[in-house]
Amino acid sequence: MNSPLIDEKGFYGDFGGAFVPEMLWPNIEELQECYQRIIAEKDFQADFKILLRDYVGRPTPLFFCEKLSRKYNARIYLKREDLNHTGAHKINNTIGQALMAKRLGKRKIIAETGAGQHGVATATVCALLDLECTVFMGAFDMQRQKPNVARMKMLNAKVIPVISGNKTLKDAVNETLRYWINHPETYYLIGSVVGPHPYPKMVAYFQSVISEEIRKQVFKKEGRTAPDYIIACVGGGSNAAGAFYHFLKDLSVQLIAVEAAGLGTHTDQTAATTVKGSKGVLHGSMTLVMQDKDGQIIEPYSISAGLDYPGIGPMHAHLFQNRRAQFLNVTDKEALQATYELTQLEGIIPALESAHALAALAKLSFKKEEVVVVNLSGRGDKDMESYIKTIDQFSKDEGYR
Amino acid sequence: MKAIDKLFKEKKDILSIYFTAGYPTLESTQEIIKTLEKNRTDLIEVGLPYSDPIADGPVIQKSSQKALENSMCISLLFSQLKAIKKEIHVPLILMGYYNQFLRFGEEAFLKKCKEVGLSGIILADLPAEIYQDKYRGLFEKYELAFIFLVTPKSSDARILKLSKLSKVFLYVISSTATTGVKDRFEKEQLDFFKRIQKLNLKIPTLIGFGISNRDSFSMACQYAQGGIIGSAFINALNEKDIKGSVQNFIESIV
Repeated sequence: MNSPLIDEKGFYGDFGGAFVPEMLWPNIEELQECYQRIIAEKDFQADFKILLRDYVGRPTPLFFCEKLSRKYNARIYLKREDLNHTGAHKINNTIGQALMAKRLGKRKIIAETGAGQHGVATATVCALLDLECTVFMGAFDMQRQKPNVARMKMLNAKVIPVISGNKTLKDAVNETLRYWINHPETYYLIGSVVGPHPYPKMVAYFQSVISEEIRKQVFKKEGRTAPDYIIACVGGGSNAAGAFYHFLKDLSVQLIAVEAAGLGTHTDQTAATTVKGSKGVLHGSMTLVMQDKDGQIIEPYSISAGLDYPGIGPMHAHLFQNRRAQFLNVTDKEALQATYELTQLEGIIPALESAHALAALAKLSFKKEEVVVVNLSGRGDKDMESYIKTIDQFSKDEGYR
Repeated sequence: MKAIDKLFKEKKDILSIYFTAGYPTLESTQEIIKTLEKNRTDLIEVGLPYSDPIADGPVIQKSSQKALENSMCISLLFSQLKAIKKEIHVPLILMGYYNQFLRFGEEAFLKKCKEVGLSGIILADLPAEIYQDKYRGLFEKYELAFIFLVTPKSSDARILKLSKLSKVFLYVISSTATTGVKDRFEKEQLDFFKRIQKLNLKIPTLIGFGISNRDSFSMACQYAQGGIIGSAFINALNEKDIKGSVQNFIESIV
């Protein structure tokens, strides 16, 4: 597992590391000592690959969007992570980590979730592999993502509402960390490229199958070894990490990371960390975080529960700092427009998170022959409540063509 | 650091109290410290309220949230401490999270701590390795003790390592848990205390987390140089009668 950019202490340049209280140290140390050896094992690799193929349905298609291409004057492809089992890229990572937990002899899995996609993916894999599953979810997020709460319950996971702070993703992570301190026998299956080392590196690796496939598929369809652009949304940043991974050192590829601007970066209702944030520690790693002058973490806002996070993974903070990736941001409204545009032009209803990546198309200017891959990280079923509320506002009689 | 060194050289059964600055009210900090000093307390830990206190259980979380709603901030706490510096002789330790120290500017933070009369600092999530590489010299420059925590899950080797890095005393966490109240120590915890005793550390220890009453405090004193009480004390604070509630609580312990 030769991961790009990261040193042996878990730092991507200035960012990363493991800033955890002593109570968590033994848990982290155990993982740090074992994960690379386990991942390198032949039967681990075999199990992982078979489940990705036969259970998740990989490889996911790379779909050429004719009408979107015409509209934005480029060759636009969607990496269809929305077609994965459970409806998003999250399951790539949960399979990898659940296999890891089993090899560490752990039977009880704990996880946090924002939009509920990671919670559902975790509960799903736990059902498959006979693991006990407890998911912490902000009480506010439980309200706005009801279908996913129901799915987790059907899968026999225990969903614990988190009532501290803003009752969203940040607070769910805090509560899961606290539970882990009190129950060191559990395995914390973290859902994004955040948290103490080795989580960001491990999650990025499990998601790297996305860019591995993009490379092969672009070659097959375009006869080239890489696209010109890869666009992905960033909350914590796991789908972006996976989509960028194998192209990080290929400087001909422009990496576009899209954050949620919420009501706009000129307001305080936003989740655009690279605009509003500064260097700090959040959930055990040094990264960019939204904070006040005293280092208190500021509650973010986005219509998308999966992007409603006041930091980004340390790898992304590094990509931002050294300008390897370009960071854009997209408002709630722009994301909703992008949802309706894709729905009506290509017949695909995207998740609100992925709609942020799609909305970036309008902010970039391409050359006609350029190949652009948008990572469609998830499908929109879970967001139907938000979409139903806005259907009159965004459905145009004349359509989006 | 002299006052706190002297305390550990001369005294046994050290009673240390933790509370969150700005809780229950913005102005209660000074009154709590003054009352504790007059009521047998040997060492006071002032909690710097934080938005994301991952090492803390529900009681301290709630007190932190309330303190932040009360508008407690670092500069205000420093000025409150400075104002009572001359009349307070009991050593004070500041307890917070690494991000607060980092954001303030590390050296500026330590300079301020020294200026307002603090003796030591605990940052729950600053790893030993980073302290060693980056901050040890700075803490020495400002004569501030940095105190490390160990838990029942810490190996002997790690406890020895941290005991050498820790200044003045080593904070022994009684169980693998976030902060909070428990009725009494179980066998597993007593075994851990005995394991620490056998290591013959060159530094005194205080036991914290899970001490809530006279029995658990005196048990802590049997195995260490004293105990630290946090959540139980915070629970006992009465906004309408700070002085009386502090006095009553201390009387219930010693």
